[in-house]
Amino acid sequence: MSGSIQDTFFEECEELLEATDEGLTAIEGGDHDPETVNAIFRAVHSIKGGAGAFGLDDLVAFAHRFETVFDEVRAGRMELDGKLIQLLLRSSDQLSALVEVARDGGEIDEAHNDTLLAALDEYIPEEEEDLTFEPMGLGAPAPVADLGIVPEAPAEPQEETYRIRFQPLKEMYGTGNEPFFLFQALKDMGDLTVKLDENELPGFDAMDMSESYLAWDITLVTKDSRSMVEAVFEFVEGLCELSIDGEGDAEAEANALAALDAMFSTPDAPPAPPAADAAEGEAPAVPFEPPVPAPEPEAKPAPAEEKASAPKAESGKQEQRGGPKPTLRVELERVDRLINAVGELIINHSMLAQQIANLDVSDTRDVETELEGFKNLARDIQEGVMAIRAQPVKPLFQRMARIVREASAATGKTCKLVNVGENTEVDKTVIERLSDPLTHILRNAVDHGVEKPEDREAAGKSKVGEIQLSASHRSGSVCIEIKDDGAGVNRPRVKQIAIEKGLIPENAELTDGEIDNLLFAPGFSTAKEVSNLSGRGVGMDVVKNAVTGLGGRINISSTPGKGSTFTIILPLTLAVMDGMVVSVADQTMVVPITSIVETMRGSDDMINSLGADGTLLSIRGNFVPICDVAGSLGLYRESDQQAGVYLLVETETGQRCALAVDDIHDQRQVVIKSLDGVCGEIAGVAAATILGDGKIAMILDPESIIAASPTAAAFDTERRMSNAS
Amino acid sequence: MQAEAKQTDQEVKHAEHSEFVSFTVAGQAFCLKITQIREIRRWSPVTILPHAPADVLGVMNLRGAVIPIYDLSARFGLQQTEASERNVVIVVSVHGKPVGLLAESVSEIISINPDDIQDTPPVDSRNTMEYIQGIISHDDTMVRIINLDAVISAPEQVMP
Repeated sequence: MSGSIQDTFFEECEELLEATDEGLTAIEGGDHDPETVNAIFRAVHSIKGGAGAFGLDDLVAFAHRFETVFDEVRAGRMELDGKLIQLLLRSSDQLSALVEVARDGGEIDEAHNDTLLAALDEYIPEEEEDLTFEPMGLGAPAPVADLGIVPEAPAEPQEETYRIRFQPLKEMYGTGNEPFFLFQALKDMGDLTVKLDENELPGFDAMDMSESYLAWDITLVTKDSRSMVEAVFEFVEGLCELSIDGEGDAEAEANALAALDAMFSTPDAPPAPPAADAAEGEAPAVPFEPPVPAPEPEAKPAPAEEKASAPKAESGKQEQRGGPKPTLRVELERVDRLINAVGELIINHSMLAQQIANLDVSDTRDVETELEGFKNLARDIQEGVMAIRAQPVKPLFQRMARIVREASAATGKTCKLVNVGENTEVDKTVIERLSDPLTHILRNAVDHGVEKPEDREAAGKSKVGEIQLSASHRSGSVCIEIKDDGAGVNRPRVKQIAIEKGLIPENAELTDGEIDNLLFAPGFSTAKEVSNLSGRGVGMDVVKNAVTGLGGRINISSTPGKGSTFTIILPLTLAVMDGMVVSVADQTMVVPITSIVETMRGSDDMINSLGADGTLLSIRGNFVPICDVAGSLGLYRESDQQAGVYLLVETETGQRCALAVDDIHDQRQVVIKSLDGVCGEIAGVAAATILGDGKIAMILDPESIIAASPTAAAFDTERRMSNAS
Repeated sequence: MQAEAKQTDQEVKHAEHSEFVSFTVAGQAFCLKITQIREIRRWSPVTILPHAPADVLGVMNLRGAVIPIYDLSARFGLQQTEASERNVVIVVSVHGKPVGLLAESVSEIISINPDDIQDTPPVDSRNTMEYIQGIISHDDTMVRIINLDAVISAPEQVMP
């Protein structure tokens, strides 16, 4: 049980760390919104609270220091300058590292930890006392009493008078309990008066020795909370008749709620002891979170009502932003099962529709209406389920920012990571498996790519190196680019090293591109000395293997003095794509919308012949080669229908071509099903998808269709030749 | 491939009575071990794979998975099947992947004593020798036991 709670904690930690990172990045970018600061404070605080509950002392200690500094910022006692932001960013990284160590085991980099702690301490005012955290047993049901103990409660709790009626049943004596010890325990709590009520005691003759006749009326004046008093009787619960009446209990409850209110709204209000009691019992459902015995007021996210009544402006602001949306964690496999089941549901629908159409019934209108509703529902479900599987790359990219910071700190360079296309949706598995290769490439980019600040200045560049990480969909693939503005590949050196390591013969004649690609050769490492950062004996070949393992490919292009660009092209295994549904020779197919520039219906006078079988489409005075998709795919039209609709596409090389198809039906999101393992590579086809009617449609790859089309390819060659001459 | 076929042969022989599903392809009787079959579906039009050889009919959606459909008849070098609704697709699992095989019709489930399986007599066709792992006599007709691993080779080799 505790294991799963701990898992939940770590999962939450990840989200909280993400939020912290995001907030800090926003502040770094000039965001001065106090709510951003508050959000970070809350995130760090939640981590501290959870870590305290699990007894993760290192994490608690660090988070506390971090939080304290942030509290100063929040209270406006400290200015967020560049230096502090950098420190906070590094601290946030360290926090992530500590969470990782706590989760996966491993060693904490003590020296680094201490350095950061010391640096943070410099910002903490003298009087700040070090807090100790009581780890709380979460695994066992927490005794009510524990919740009542609020450490170092600054305010003196009110004295409370409890009238207790205690009448043991005979079973109580049977279990070896002794009223005397209970009274003794009560006496320790305050002023105790015990009065025996022997009214029920029968005459000596009538007395049954095994029965219980005695009762006590107890008056206790104590500062302890009601739950503490109840706790005394915890072990005799059910073995006695017990009633505890507080003096003016209703008042106490009101106080408790008021205290709770105060706890959530004003930062300086001391948490009153009955607060825990109230939270236990009457408080509105508090979202599950390890109970935090914290003196800070923001211990728990305020329940909605309280937040609304909170006098602070922050509540309104948070609502404006919408706050973090509630999420649900689901096993991936379950989603996949659901996707398949929905696919089947849709097929089932179309079969039903077919059956009904075949029935010999005169009036099927009613049924058809219902069937239409069924269809729409099924489509809704399908779209919803598909959206679960695909996720934006944003969290991955955010983690990468941390990698770049770490690498920069370790190499003494300054680099900033610019993320582009964070909302590109990629299949979850792909995202997960991209993490390692990206980390490696980015470290390399910082370590080998970006020059030292002084060298950069000498070269007339800004001191701060810029690395751009971008994601986009490109003709049915995901394209991830890592672009640095560093020195570019040092080709003579790369070649020399390759020769030294025996990767290429000494007299090899290589093109620039070939030299660049030597970086991916196994066992290649250009770092002059093996640095701590990259070059741990493994090189870019590991990256290449990882990318190839995902069914993708990686390329490098480099301009000396300007920088290098790594391009990772990944297939969209199960990724979502916008596609245009077309028909080609009676087959339904999908063309990735990203590659389509425009679509048009052609008329005869737009078509011009060129040579024996070349045709060009004239578009506003420009001539573009026509590529018949059916011909290129080797399909034959059975009907007389002609390809009369043209999709103007642009290839990666900038070449334009008009794909001729029979008709355009629809434009929709489709889920890509890889054809790997189903059949080998098919020229012109990138993957397949399952359409709403359960049919499979090929997703076309315009690039290779054009390459396979004799007309367009020939035209391209001709044009290139004419350009050359 | 030959060694593999023999091994399967051995397995079949050592087993007690095993159940086979018999079906017709181009008028000839064939059978597959029942445990090799995942399901049998009625034929429905498939999506054509461009540039595919004649014996690959296309791909079909099987509960969200894309599976290739082979025309067994064309695979055996017999005439191509004119697929219609009367035909069936036998879904089998080969090399860990589901694959559909088009057959004319499914006949019955027969129980076979492994000792009754006869080795394929040598005929003048290498393909036949590879694809047929043994023959048995059932109700006075010859039923051919298909060597599935040989019929459906690894996907790379299927496509040109």
